[in-house]
Amino acid sequence: MERPLVSAEGVTLQYRSETTITTATYRVSFDVMHGDRFVLLGPSGCGKSTLLKAIGGFLEPVEGKLLLNGAPITRPGPDRAFVFQEFDQLLPWKTVLENIAFALTAGRGLDRAAAAERARHFIEKVGLTKFTDNYPHMLSGGMKQRVAIARAMAAEPEVLLMDEPFAALDALTRDRMQAELLRLCEETKFTVVFVTHSIPEAIRIGTRILLLTPHPGQARAEIHCPGRDVADASGRLLSERIHELLFERELAADAAHA
Amino acid sequence: MPDDAARADKVYEVDTGGIDAVDAARIDVVERPRSLWRKICSKGSIRKTFLLAVLALVWEIYGRQIDNELVLPTFLDTMAALGGALASGELPAAAGYTIPILLFGYFAGLAIAALLTALATATRLGADLLETLTAMFNPLPSIALLPLALLWFGLGQGAIVFVLIHAVLWAVALNTFAGFKSVSPTLRMVGQNYGLSHPAYILRILIPGAFPSILTGLKIGWAFAWRTLIAAELVFGAQGGTGGLGWFIYERKNQLLIADVFAGLLTVIVFGLVVENVIFKTVERRTVERWGMSS
Repeated sequence: MERPLVSAEGVTLQYRSETTITTATYRVSFDVMHGDRFVLLGPSGCGKSTLLKAIGGFLEPVEGKLLLNGAPITRPGPDRAFVFQEFDQLLPWKTVLENIAFALTAGRGLDRAAAAERARHFIEKVGLTKFTDNYPHMLSGGMKQRVAIARAMAAEPEVLLMDEPFAALDALTRDRMQAELLRLCEETKFTVVFVTHSIPEAIRIGTRILLLTPHPGQARAEIHCPGRDVADASGRLLSERIHELLFERELAADAAHA
Repeated sequence: MPDDAARADKVYEVDTGGIDAVDAARIDVVERPRSLWRKICSKGSIRKTFLLAVLALVWEIYGRQIDNELVLPTFLDTMAALGGALASGELPAAAGYTIPILLFGYFAGLAIAALLTALATATRLGADLLETLTAMFNPLPSIALLPLALLWFGLGQGAIVFVLIHAVLWAVALNTFAGFKSVSPTLRMVGQNYGLSHPAYILRILIPGAFPSILTGLKIGWAFAWRTLIAAELVFGAQGGTGGLGWFIYERKNQLLIADVFAGLLTVIVFGLVVENVIFKTVERRTVERWGMSS
């Protein structure tokens, strides 16, 4: 059997502040295989972003194991490239080209010339050639996210970790970016772990979807996704089934009230 | 219903007045140079030079009205004195005495500030130490330490350098550390994601990320140092016959050469202006303004 690229085995994650300890996820397990577009889907508070940050190596599980290629994840590294939701993820003191090239020289140990060349290639891939030498503050939100995606892909990581990368974009731009991401993934065969709270986005992007329910975050179901909102034998749409799985407790509570 | 469907099928395209794709590319002008007069007016340095000229004129007129060179020499007399002191080499010698001490004290202060801040980013105790020390010493005007410095280091440059370091250190360390703390969590994670070592992380992520705040610290530190140095030189600033700018002012007052006093003051002002409006401004334009980080 093929070994999973990322594997979570009963992962419990906790946030510690000075006064409280919050359990973000409780004993979550899943396997991400090579070439998957694995979506973590759930409402806010289900620990999906925390889970992604743990894969990124920014925090360690208090229980369970989190493995990359069979080895425990202990700290951040360039083999797991991150794309965040926030527009300020680009270094404002570097141009588009320098932002991507720096990720390659600092993270991947490329020499300057090779880094610049690869950076240009990926800038072209995301259609920003005209903005190669612009500083991030001159770009729109969508362009910044494209640069961040180009930067992450150029580093040729084992896995691309995307934390609601399109959530802060307007609906039209988001739609275009989703299409673009799918095209890039088809071209490059990247493995992606993608966090979102949008059911349509999850269905469109994901090949597999892990549903998480909140307080604390627990895995509810795992769904293979054909990329479209298809109807099952009983005629129910995939999105309806997902919605039910995520909210059945609340639906039940509402029904009880009624 | 078929009516609705038919209506939805019809798309009324907007008449663009015959602008095709090529034309659209031509009107897609991102930047266009503005008129010369607009450019001149938008330059702060030109507006300020104009103001300076007006102030000089007011000074000249008022000085002539008073007509007492012991109270207020006129602008032209002051300029003449300035020219004389420059030509005789006395002012350049005084400036040549002051500036190296200033630079030495400033950069020594920066080095210690860098050390303290690096310690503060590495350990929590270091951060506590920095916060406690800055809270204690930042409100203390460094000139107040001069008597103590004279006692410890004697009547020499050592004492002045000591008070200069005190003047620079806390302002720079405080602003740098505050800047580090304000670097967004996202940028921090991006930096960590590259797997940078701790020194590289400070150098490549934290320092540029905190640069607006660091620059403010450098400017405040500079202003403190300059004021402190001139004040210290007024108390004592001569060694073996040569002295600094502060000493020049003090000595000329004793000789009742008031136009020279004004010339000395002007030199102090001009030097301060050049550093703040040329050097720091240039740095600002090439960094935080270009990066869109200026607040």
